Amino acid sequence: MSGALLEIENLSVSYRGEDGRESVAASGVSLSLNRGESLCIVGESGSGKSSVAMSVPRLLPSPPAFYPEGKIFFKGEDVLSMPPDALRAVRGKHIGVVFQDPIGSLSPLHRIGEQLVETLLLHSDISRAAARAMALEWLEKVGIPEPLQRFKAYPHELSGGMQQRVMIAMALILGPDLIIADEPTTALDVTVQAQILDLMRSLVGKSSALLLITHDLGVVARMATKLAVMKDGKVIEKSEDVIAFFTEPKHPHSRALVAEARKMELH
Amino acid sequence: MILEVENLRVEFAIDGRRSIPVNGVSFSVPKGARVALVGESGCGKTLTALAVGSLVDRAKVAGGIKLHGKISYIFQNPMQSLDPVMRVGNQIMEGMDASLPSSRRKEFSQELLEAVGLPRALARRYPCELSGGQQQRVMIASALAQNPQMLVADEPTTALDVTTQKEVLDLIDRVASERKMAVLLITHNLGLVSRYSSYVNVMYAGKIVESGEVKSVLASPRHPYTKGLIAAVPRIDAPQDAPLVDIPGTVPPPWAWPQGCAFHPRCPNALPECSSENFTICRYLTGNQQF
Repeated sequence: MSGALLEIENLSVSYRGEDGRESVAASGVSLSLNRGESLCIVGESGSGKSSVAMSVPRLLPSPPAFYPEGKIFFKGEDVLSMPPDALRAVRGKHIGVVFQDPIGSLSPLHRIGEQLVETLLLHSDISRAAARAMALEWLEKVGIPEPLQRFKAYPHELSGGMQQRVMIAMALILGPDLIIADEPTTALDVTVQAQILDLMRSLVGKSSALLLITHDLGVVARMATKLAVMKDGKVIEKSEDVIAFFTEPKHPHSRALVAEARKMELH
Repeated sequence: MILEVENLRVEFAIDGRRSIPVNGVSFSVPKGARVALVGESGCGKTLTALAVGSLVDRAKVAGGIKLHGKISYIFQNPMQSLDPVMRVGNQIMEGMDASLPSSRRKEFSQELLEAVGLPRALARRYPCELSGGQQQRVMIASALAQNPQMLVADEPTTALDVTTQKEVLDLIDRVASERKMAVLLITHNLGLVSRYSSYVNVMYAGKIVESGEVKSVLASPRHPYTKGLIAAVPRIDAPQDAPLVDIPGTVPPPWAWPQGCAFHPRCPNALPECSSENFTICRYLTGNQQF
């Protein structure tokens, strides 16, 4: 075992349907991620990228998901064999997750400030007053105007971009070592996407790492320090040199993806 | 021309506040042309397109709309437009000329399914039995059933995954060429505009701030809003440390649009005169400024 923050070794993810039939979402996936790095996993829908990423915090419901093979070492411990209590602690405090759809991930019934406060109280030993102060500070940090007023807002009262900012605050407020973001800007206007990407870049510092799932190669070029391309459940190309990858992708499928993305670029 | 819009204005009360979410919009769509209306959410682009087809309720609509032909719509979310308890084939037939014999209409609906790349047998299915991409294809088939001269496609692929997105847009492009049908594409995605449209109108806060041939607008945008929109798209070849955010914040709600140029609070090039009530046109559009 190296000292990587996250080490995925030969991972296979499968789903077993109600009729007992099995389908393979990912197989033979090996990836590693260190502090200060941003790893982007790219691929088309169905390539298995989300299955791999969501296995790290064990967020795939199991059943139907199961792991025929492989290990996921997070800070040296295999999350696939962790007892539920330990897993819950890791998930909350050490791994923050940002999903594509913020409204599906925030509770519609609770004010956003309270949701941040509860997250803090659940995972750290601080007073409610201190938690409140910290929640406010984070609303400000993620660029929510008038945080004091917004503290009392319900998620549906905010725009999509603002909801996504709250999600990012929720994911980062406990100071996680690893941030996993699955298509965090796909649902947003391009202007807001740019703001959110810059925000994530500035918040993922040297002491933490980002695992970003996206289909958008422009986002990869912007965010990645290293990348992996997935197709049909397998990693078909890895690169630690993002510029070299875009200049000369090696796998034919990567070449096709890059060529397609270039066609869509603005000229 | 298939469509000429002159000084269109839509006014109504949102949350009890008087708003003019479309305020003096003029543009046109030539026969068989591919025109885009682009801007962030809340700019008034959807409302403009709805007003063109007289689909706006409880609002004061003023201005000139000359529509020389039939117009059909497809929207972002096909499930909201399809009737969940009606078979797909019947929904496609609904829009057809009622004077046609029903056997002809049935045959035509199956031809349309084929035209949008779906099997004829799908006519007997219900919408919920289809994937999102298939539902959007059914929407396109229903739109075509009316033999429109113009198709309004309002964020037609935003809810679809990337691969399906391209298939659906290529399909719209193909059927439009075959039928010499004009397409008005409404989107916030400039990538789609550059690929599928030849003329673009950029909208901000209820007004068109810049328009022109797609190639020239994308290559040399003049209005700071257009520039910002283009700069916000992450590019493969851009250096990682190049600034991406040129437009801070979001579009305010229509009742809070400021006087003068509505874009001035977010504009990196704003001058005091931009917020004046005497403001008429952005100095970057008139050519009286130095960059």
